[in-house]
Amino acid sequence: MISDSIEREIVIAASPERVWEVITRAEHLGTWFSDAGADIDLRPGGALALHWKEYGTARGRVETVEPPRTFGFRWVFVGDGAPTERNSTLVVFTLTPDGDQTRLRVTESGFASLDLPTEQQAKHVAENTEGWRQELDELLEYLADRAR
Amino acid sequence: MSAADPGSVLAALAEPTRRQVLDLLAERGEASASSLAESLPVTRQAVVKHLGVLDDAGLVTAQRVGREVRYRPRPETLVDAGRWMAELAARWETRLAAVKRLAESSPPRHTPSR
Repeated sequence: MISDSIEREIVIAASPERVWEVITRAEHLGTWFSDAGADIDLRPGGALALHWKEYGTARGRVETVEPPRTFGFRWVFVGDGAPTERNSTLVVFTLTPDGDQTRLRVTESGFASLDLPTEQQAKHVAENTEGWRQELDELLEYLADRAR
Repeated sequence: MSAADPGSVLAALAEPTRRQVLDLLAERGEASASSLAESLPVTRQAVVKHLGVLDDAGLVTAQRVGREVRYRPRPETLVDAGRWMAELAARWETRLAAVKRLAESSPPRHTPSR
């Protein structure tokens, strides 16, 4: 069944504090999410900007900051205005200690209220996201090389 | 054939009565608003409105047959929206894998304090 949200989970061999750093700090966000850096004002209502080398900047707003448990933000899916329910989705990370590991769960929701009115815009989004995915693939290769 | 936008597909599906309308259409293959209304606890006008939203989202197609408008489901739109969500979900798997690598590979520069 198609739902309005995506939920994924991964177990990480690191403390919640360490995982919290990776998901909230600009220097890390700018590599695992975008590929040309990020700016974040880590407090509810704080501004977020994710920069891609080739695809420009996606803006967002920090919604929830409860270290090291919950981190939430909205990020703009369509256009480059301030995030609203019509143009952005809500991403929420939940960190749960699991022995000496951390269970990291992410949900992204709000796709149903996205305003993607024209075919052209939908196409534009599809092209953008395809581009981002290629960038992420490159990042993964880079990280895999470094980890060897 | 218009490429439906996944946002409006999900919005259309968010309403329970519209899901029922779509279920009934899938069962029957095709139906008019009047015959759908007979099987649902809402008025014919309400069914017409719901069918309009489903039509805009590309989930049904309407065809006039004499004095009647008959509706048919368009499952390909549902499949496309499902694929779109699956792609978005796959990107999260990639991102989470990257977070895992970063968190596990580089040791913290300082221990968590205070």
